[in-house]
Amino acid sequence: MKQQDIQFDNTGKLRHFLTIEDLPRQTLIDILDTAENFSTVGTQQAKKVPLLRGKTIVNLFFEGSTRTRTTFELAAKRLSADVLNININTSSTSKGESLLDMLRNLEAMHTDMFVVRHGESGAAHFIAEHVAPHISVINAGDGSHAHPTQGMLDMFTIRRHKQEFQNLRVAIVGDIMHSRVARSQIHALNRLGVPEVRVVGPHTLIPRTASSLGVHVYHNLREGIKDVDVVIMLRLQKERMQGAMLPSEAEYFSQYGLTEEKLSLAKPDAIVMHPGPINRGVEIESEVADGPQSVILEQVTNGLAVRMAIMSMVLGRKQESPLEVRE
Amino acid sequence: MKIAITDGHVVDPRNQINERKDLFVHDDKIIAVGKAPSGFKADLIIDATNKIVSPGFVDLCARLREPGQEHKGTILSETRAAAASGITSLCIPPDTTPVIDTPAVIELIHQRNEEAGFCRVYTMGALTMGLAGEHLTEMAHLKDAGCVGVSNVMNCINNPQVLRRSMEYAASVDMTVFLHAQDSGLANNGCAHEGAVSTRLGLAGIPEAAETQAVANFLMLVEQTGARIHFCRLTTSRAIQMISRAKYDGFDLTADVAAHQLHLTEMDIGYFNSQCHVQPPLRTQRDRDALRQAVVDSQIEAICSDHQPHDIDAKLAPFPATEPGISALETLLPLSLRLVNDGLLDMPGLIDRLSTTPAEILGLNAGHLSVDAKADITIFDPDKHWVLKPQNMLSEGRNTPFTNWELQGSVYKTICNGQVVYSNEH
Repeated sequence: MKQQDIQFDNTGKLRHFLTIEDLPRQTLIDILDTAENFSTVGTQQAKKVPLLRGKTIVNLFFEGSTRTRTTFELAAKRLSADVLNININTSSTSKGESLLDMLRNLEAMHTDMFVVRHGESGAAHFIAEHVAPHISVINAGDGSHAHPTQGMLDMFTIRRHKQEFQNLRVAIVGDIMHSRVARSQIHALNRLGVPEVRVVGPHTLIPRTASSLGVHVYHNLREGIKDVDVVIMLRLQKERMQGAMLPSEAEYFSQYGLTEEKLSLAKPDAIVMHPGPINRGVEIESEVADGPQSVILEQVTNGLAVRMAIMSMVLGRKQESPLEVRE
Repeated sequence: MKIAITDGHVVDPRNQINERKDLFVHDDKIIAVGKAPSGFKADLIIDATNKIVSPGFVDLCARLREPGQEHKGTILSETRAAAASGITSLCIPPDTTPVIDTPAVIELIHQRNEEAGFCRVYTMGALTMGLAGEHLTEMAHLKDAGCVGVSNVMNCINNPQVLRRSMEYAASVDMTVFLHAQDSGLANNGCAHEGAVSTRLGLAGIPEAAETQAVANFLMLVEQTGARIHFCRLTTSRAIQMISRAKYDGFDLTADVAAHQLHLTEMDIGYFNSQCHVQPPLRTQRDRDALRQAVVDSQIEAICSDHQPHDIDAKLAPFPATEPGISALETLLPLSLRLVNDGLLDMPGLIDRLSTTPAEILGLNAGHLSVDAKADITIFDPDKHWVLKPQNMLSEGRNTPFTNWELQGSVYKTICNGQVVYSNEH
């Protein structure tokens, strides 16, 4: 049973964007190429294109986020869509029933797209399985599962700097276990043909079966970033310090924090990425975060173009097939 | 009432019967196997040609949801589904609301079941009050009220001293302790096997060690306390090895497996199929194969349904937020029968795991077709094919991962205490 088919409509076009896993390589390339076209919109005098005029997009955030929500909102507005922001305290929707009730209500307002962030893995799939046929769902992060728009904007950033994926070494450093960003990056890097994807972190933050994702596992940062073209640092959540995951921030920084000295082990033209917001002095020192190899702010800018591309591809498909069969 | 069951293939492991025979019932008892007693005149003749006639199935664990969660199922609805599944005796674990830790709850359950009248219902008593893992229950009183064993179900007893004392005390009142081997600390609120699938989907994983560590811990205490124990719902190959070794070393213990564990693996979760959210979790294919082999080798002596009916909403949420469990009564026979169809087990072996041995584990005089035994009989067609559709299920819970599976094996008649409690003429 190929449940990933849920991401495509019956004409084979992308209907939902829930995970990068199992998406064809060409779909990823199409997203990157479309984003390339959108990347100049923000620099024009009039920062808008009328592609999604008349469409209503709902940002459904069950978990706090300022940056991701803002870029989704801005991306939607630049595509001329109407945007509704809804922040929901998860405790009031701990039962599936009320979550579905809320979706029904929003559907009744003739909305076209839900951008969903939720603390539980699988939430975006669950919502996509239960929305009305005319609604598309974009996953803006579900639990530890996936954050596919972040994954794609990272690919966009890498392609801008490295042109090709086929001969790269990429290291992802930090809390792989709980990172939806890492999972989406790994799927994207593998699908785009990066021959060597590494994950680096202590045993407590790397799943025991991580290699099944198609990565090489390192527990030593110096070895893990040696000769890589791209270093992706992950944000370390403060709550990881409270259990038995890690002893202290200071020790984490001493072992896995990215410093200029450690970065010198990577290729001289290696780029440094981070999905943000960064913890200076925990996973990365300021000299590196603000240094010449850092592309962290560029990632934010690219996030807009990539999210515009995905939204327009998902919602724009209907104009080409007006007689869509309702399921 | 006199019933003659004619021309069926009788399978009774206890009495080593595995051949075509007639069977005769008078009131609540089996009065003859083979030749009719002289002057026997049947009120009802059941033609069992091409069907298996076996002792009624004994299910070691079925949650009926009453008392406490009647919106998911009731004693009436679930025992009716049990009878339709060939089950004539089942055991309710103590995690009802209120918990089965006083005779009053047991009386209530028996009273309700007498009104229903579809099958025999037994209760498992709580090992500690409220399953809280602190105070021992009045096990002697629970036993007098009818409890067939004691268990703390999935609630871990975190204080080893309480665990030790409760096992010792159970031994002194001669009750079997039914242990669920899953350490809650290592399970850490996980919702899937810690492995390739949980890694891919970002689901909190339950490591194999949550089971093996608990098994090791329990085995050491058995040695200390002399308790008779039964391991419930094993899931890992490694735990089976440990238990086999302990049996070899002379430990007196038994184990069971849920039928779904013999067929599903972590891979069946696919993209967050909440019908595959079960506790303990679905493991790897290697574990699944080891569980099957253990059933064949009798390292695992019993197959149970682990029936957990749910209302629709319980499974309508993101995977980790859904409630675990499968509505499993109606798939117990066909899923178990697959082992026979796959050539792993013969029919007497199957009936042994579904009826004879589970009855022994619970200390019941059931699970056999001896003359003078209670007439608890299941007649089923082992060749009949059918497709599972939730809307056709008799249980109030339609939560099953086996929707649209082509199943083989269908109950024709169930007789409990000499009464025909289920009949399928289709």
